Amino acid sequence: MFPASFDYLPVRSVDEALAALAEHGTDARILAGGQSLIPAMRFRLARPAVLVDINPIAELAYLREADGALLIGAGTRDVAIERSATVAAGYRLVSDVAAVVADPVVRQSGTVVGGLCHNDPAGDWGVAALAGRAQIVVRGKAGTRTVSIDDFLVDSYTTAVADGELALEVRFPTPGQRTSGSYQKIERKVGDFATAAAAVQLTLGPDGTIVDAGVAIGAAGPKATRVVMAERLLIGSRPTTELLQSAAAEAEKISDPVADTRGDVDFKRAMARVLVQRALIATLERLHVGELR
Amino acid sequence: MKIRVTVNGALYERDVEPRMLLAYFLREQCGFTGTHVGCDSSSCGVCVVMLDNERAVKSCTMFAVMADGHEVTTVEGLANGTELHALQQAFWDCHGLQCGYCTPGMMMTSLVLLKQNPDPTEAEIRAALAGNLCRCTGYQNIVKSVEQAAGALAPAAVVAK
Amino acid sequence: MPITPATPERHAIGLAMKRKEDPRFIQGRGRYLDDIVLPNMLFLALVHSPYPHARIVKIDKTDALAMPGVKAVITGEDLVAANLGWIPTFHGYDKQMVLAVGKAVFQYQEVAGVVATSREAAFDAAELVEVEYEPLEVIVDPFVAMKDATIIRDDRENKTNHIYHWEVGKRDETNAALAASDVHISGKMEFQRVHPAPLETCGIVADMNGGSGRLTLYLTSQAPHAHRTVVSLVTGIPEDKIHVISPDIGGGFGNKVPVYPGYVVATAASVILGSPVKWVENRTENLTTSGFARDYHMNVEIGATTAGKVTALKVTTVADHGAFDAAADPTKYPAGMFGIVTGSYDFPIAFTELDAYFTNKAPGGIAYRCSFRVTEASYAIERGMDMLAQRLGMDPAELRLKNFVKKEQFPYPSPLGFVYDSGDYHRTLEKALGKIGYGDLRREQAEKRKRGEYMGIGISTFTEVVGAGPSKLFDIMGIKMFDSAEIRIHPTGSGIVRTGTRHQGQGHETTWAQIVAEELGLDPQNILVEEGDTDTAPYGLGTYASRSTPVAGGAIALAARKIREKAKKIAAHVLEVSEDDIEWEDYKFKVSGVPGKSITMKEIAFAAYTNPAPDSEPGLEATFYYDPPNLTFPHGAYIAVVDVDAETGETKVRRFLAIDDCGVVINPMIVEGQIHGGLTEGFAIAFMQEIRFDASGNHLNTNFTEYLVPTSLETPAWETDNTVTPSPHHPLGAKGVGESPNVGSPAAFVNAVVDALSPLGITHIDMPLTRAKVWHAIQAAKA
Repeated sequence: MFPASFDYLPVRSVDEALAALAEHGTDARILAGGQSLIPAMRFRLARPAVLVDINPIAELAYLREADGALLIGAGTRDVAIERSATVAAGYRLVSDVAAVVADPVVRQSGTVVGGLCHNDPAGDWGVAALAGRAQIVVRGKAGTRTVSIDDFLVDSYTTAVADGELALEVRFPTPGQRTSGSYQKIERKVGDFATAAAAVQLTLGPDGTIVDAGVAIGAAGPKATRVVMAERLLIGSRPTTELLQSAAAEAEKISDPVADTRGDVDFKRAMARVLVQRALIATLERLHVGELR
Repeated sequence: MKIRVTVNGALYERDVEPRMLLAYFLREQCGFTGTHVGCDSSSCGVCVVMLDNERAVKSCTMFAVMADGHEVTTVEGLANGTELHALQQAFWDCHGLQCGYCTPGMMMTSLVLLKQNPDPTEAEIRAALAGNLCRCTGYQNIVKSVEQAAGALAPAAVVAK
Repeated sequence: MPITPATPERHAIGLAMKRKEDPRFIQGRGRYLDDIVLPNMLFLALVHSPYPHARIVKIDKTDALAMPGVKAVITGEDLVAANLGWIPTFHGYDKQMVLAVGKAVFQYQEVAGVVATSREAAFDAAELVEVEYEPLEVIVDPFVAMKDATIIRDDRENKTNHIYHWEVGKRDETNAALAASDVHISGKMEFQRVHPAPLETCGIVADMNGGSGRLTLYLTSQAPHAHRTVVSLVTGIPEDKIHVISPDIGGGFGNKVPVYPGYVVATAASVILGSPVKWVENRTENLTTSGFARDYHMNVEIGATTAGKVTALKVTTVADHGAFDAAADPTKYPAGMFGIVTGSYDFPIAFTELDAYFTNKAPGGIAYRCSFRVTEASYAIERGMDMLAQRLGMDPAELRLKNFVKKEQFPYPSPLGFVYDSGDYHRTLEKALGKIGYGDLRREQAEKRKRGEYMGIGISTFTEVVGAGPSKLFDIMGIKMFDSAEIRIHPTGSGIVRTGTRHQGQGHETTWAQIVAEELGLDPQNILVEEGDTDTAPYGLGTYASRSTPVAGGAIALAARKIREKAKKIAAHVLEVSEDDIEWEDYKFKVSGVPGKSITMKEIAFAAYTNPAPDSEPGLEATFYYDPPNLTFPHGAYIAVVDVDAETGETKVRRFLAIDDCGVVINPMIVEGQIHGGLTEGFAIAFMQEIRFDASGNHLNTNFTEYLVPTSLETPAWETDNTVTPSPHHPLGAKGVGESPNVGSPAAFVNAVVDALSPLGITHIDMPLTRAKVWHAIQAAKA
C-alpha cells in the first residue's frame, strides 16, 4: 500500500521544527521513528500534507542521567534504552519495557518520546511512565514547559502537546536504593499490541513498609490508566499476599478495556488483575522480599 | 525531491517523490531486488536492510527521502566480491532457507545482531529475530545458521567463553 | 535427532545434500514475480467492495480516468462484454465472477481494476472510482445460510445456498452399529477458517506481445500448465500462443493454485492495451480475497466396546465455501480426501457425509498444506479418539495401539474406499512413546495434578493420503493428474531434468537431481533441474497436496530407467558384448563374468553422441508421463507436551516430538526442514490463527496485526525423527511429506491442552486455543 502524497521537510534544529509547525499548522505531522505513523500512512488512515522530519536533529538523541532523573531525548530510539547498562542497572521498570515494545527491529527506529506522543491505548511507554511518575518536556512558541505524565496523556492518540508544540524529552525520576519496578505484558505474539499490561514501581522504607507506589495498567481503557486505589492501599502498608491481592483487585475494578480479537472484556479485566499482581510480586522479589505468591 | 543515498558502497542520486518507500527505492531505483515486500503493517521483516552500518530497519516503514545522506546495506552488499559472507554460507550449510523470500531480511537483522552481540545464545537469537517472519522453516535452522555464523565471525570470543 | 534415510547413503538418495538452489537466494538474486520488469509495463490496482453483500447500482469511472497516468478502468460489465466476466472454478461445478457482476458477494470482493503507468497512480486512481452500492442481507454463518432466507448466488439455476451433498460409506449399517455399541461418543468440533499467508503475495505480469503474437504470463503459480490451459479455455487464445512462466515463488502452501481475478484482469488489460501489465496483491488483498483454508464444522461419533475396541465411525460436516465453490479439489472429490477420516484405525464400518454452503465470504477452501481436506479429517479422528479415550478413562496411547490397522493388514482397504499402501503404525507410535519418555511424563503429570498444575500430553497418530493421483479417479478440470519428467544427458555427463511440478521452496532443484543421479550413477551437482516454464517443461499438474515426490518423483525415476535401458544398448555396443551380458551394478555397467570390464554412465553419455549404437537413436534422453497406480499414505506419531497457565490461559509448548514415516527419504535435511515448517504452521493454527467475520460480515483479520504468524520467539523447538515403511508401488518407495506436519500437529496440540485441563472436566476446546478462550473454559469449568 502506498501513502498519499505529501511534502517532506527535514529540519536540523528544534527552532526549525517549531517554525515548520507554526507555518503548516494541523497539516503537518512530526516524523521521528515513523513506526506508528508510516504504517498508518500506508493504510491511508493518516494523510498529513507535510511531514516534518526531526531525525536530523542530532542533539535530540540523548540518554543521560542528570538532575535526579533519566533524561531521554525525542530522538532516542527504543533500542538505546534496551541496550543501556545504566538503565538495566538503575531503572528496572524502564528496562523491562524496552525489551518488549513492538519488535526488535521496529525498536531500532521507534522512539520513546514518539511512543508517548502517539499514545496508543495499548502502548507500553505510557503505562511505565505513569508508574514511574515521569514528566515530559514540551516546547512551543510560548516557551518550554514540563508536564506530568498524568496531565500529558489526555485520551487515545491525544496528548497535552498542543498545536505548534514539540515534545522534546521524557524524564524518569531516578529510583532510590530501595526502589524497583516491573513491567508485565501479555501479547499474543511479539509485535502485537498488548492484550493487557501492568507497570509497578515500589519504594520500601527502612522497616519494609511500602512508602511509595506507582501502579498503572495498559490496553485497559482509552489511555494508560493509573490505578490510584491500588497505590493508596499499598502506600503505608507492609507487603503481604493479601495486600497484593487487594491492590491487584483494584486494577480489575478500574480496568475498562475494549473487546477485540485479543479478548473479551471479562478476560482483559481479569488479566489487569493478574498482571498487577505479578508485577508487584516481581518488584518485591527484586527488592529481595519473597514468598508472596 | 533529489536525494543521494549510498547503497552497498556506491552513491545513488535519484529524484523521487517523498512518499516513495525505501524498499521500493532500493528495488526499483537502485536495482537491488533482494530486499522484498511482504506486508502492509510492518509485521513481516522481509524488507529489512541495515542503515548506517548500525541498525536494522524495515525499509517498507521508512521513506527513501529519510535515507538522503545515509548509508544503506542490502543483502547484495553482504558478499565480498564472490566470497560469501559467513551468514550466507551458514544459511546455506544449515538449510536456513526454503523459499528464500524472508532470507535477505533474516540475514540483515542477524548481521546487526552479531555486530551488537557477537556470541548470542539461542534465546537471544530467537528474541532478536522476532521481527522477521518465516513460513517455511519454522525458524529452527535459521537459528542454527546464525549460531554457525557467529562462530565463524568471532571465533576468538567463542573460545574465550 | 534428525530424519535419517532408510539405508546408509547410497550414491545420492538418502544424502543430506546442501541445496543447489540456495546460492541465488542467499545472494538476493532470486527472481520472484515482483522482480520482473518489462519495458512499458503498466500497473493494475483493484477496487474492493466494502460491503459483504450488496447490489452494485453504478460505477463511475470519470474521476479515476481523469487522473494522469491512468490508461484504463475495467469493471465486471466490461469483462462480461468481452466474455471474461466469469471463469470456471478448478473443481468444475461452479463458476466465479472475475469482477463483481451485478452485486458483490463478499467483503473486499474485486469490483473494478485501474491500470496506470505507476503503482502509485493506479492506487491513487483506485480510490477515485465511485461505486454506488445497495447493501443486502449478509450471511456469514453456514447454519444460517442453510435456511435459504437470503440467496447469495442468484446467478445459479437452483436458488439455494446449498452447494452439494457428498457422502461415502454405509449410512444405515453405521448408524445401527453406533446404536448397538456399549460406548458411543459424539463431539462437535470446528476447524476454523484460516489462510496460508505465504510471505510473497500473489501476482502476475501479463504480456500480450504484438511482436510475437504470444501472451506471456509471469505468474505466481504452483501449477503453470494447468493455468495455461485454463487461460486458453477462458480467453479462447490457443495454448501454443500462451507462455506461462512461474518464476521463483516465495511460498505457496496452496495459496498459489487458484486462478484469481487479478490475473484475469491483468491479462485482459494487457490484451486490450498491448502493453505488459503487472498486478501484485498487497497483504490485505491476500488475506481477504485469495483462497482461504478449512472452515469445516464437524460432528464426530465413535462407537466402541467398553474394552476400547472401536466399532463404528460417523462424521457429519457442514462446509463453508464462501461465495463461490472455488475449492481446488479433483473433480470427483468435492470434499477432497476427507474419506481418510477413519485415519490409522481399523473401523469395521464407517460413514461420512458433508453439506456445503455459500456464505458472504471469499471463496477457496483447499489450501494451507491440507492435502485436499486431509487436515480436517485427521483433526476430526484424532480429536475423536481422544474424546473416546477420555470417556473410557483409557490412556490415549493405549487406545490407539489397540485400534491401529496392523502391519499385516496392508494393503488395507478402508471402509471409506481408500486402499492404504503400507504402514506400521505400532512401530512409529512405540518409537515416539519411547523417545518422549511417555511413562515418566505421565508420572510427572500425576504429581503436578496434585499441586493443581495443568500439564498435558497430546498424541496424534495420523495417516494421510497424497500423491494425486491415478487417472481413473483423479482429474482437475478433466485433465488427469499424472506428472511428467523429461531427462536429457549431455555428451560430457551432465544433464537436465524438467518436470511438470513447480516448487515454492521444497527443494526440487536438489531432490530431483538426487533421483537422477542415483538412477544413472551421475553427479547430482551436474544435473540441472528446471520447472515452471510451460514452453519447455513437460505437462504436469504442479506442486501441492504433497504430490510431487509421489508422482513426479516416480516419473523422474522411470524416465531415468528408460535412459538406463538405452544406455545398456550403448554399453553393449561399446563393449562389444551382447546386451544380455550387461549388468547395472555399483552405479556402472559391468559385463557379467568379466571383472574389470565396465563402463560408466559418463562414458556412455559421450558415446551416445560420438559412437551411438546402430539399433537406436543417437543422444541420450527420455520422457515419462507417470500415472500412479495408487495414492501414497504417509503416516506419523506426534506427541506434544504442554503446560497451561490457568491464571492467564497461556499454553507453553514444552516439547514436541514428530516421528514421521514418509517411506524412503531422498534428502533427510530437506525432509526435516519441511517438518519444521509444517509443525510451525500447525502450531499457528492451533493457538493463534483464524479468519473471522463479525455479524455484519466485516472481515476481522485483514493484515498481519490481526492474522497472526508466530515469530521465532513463540515457536517451539521441534524434535524430529522417522521410521521408514516404503510405499510398495512407488518406483522409489517414497511417499511425500510436505503436508504431514500440518495434517498431524493441530490435534496433538489440542489433545495436549484438553488433557491438561481434563481434571476440570473439560472435554474439548475449539481452535485457536487463545488465552481468552482457554481462560474462559477454565473459569466455566471451575464454576
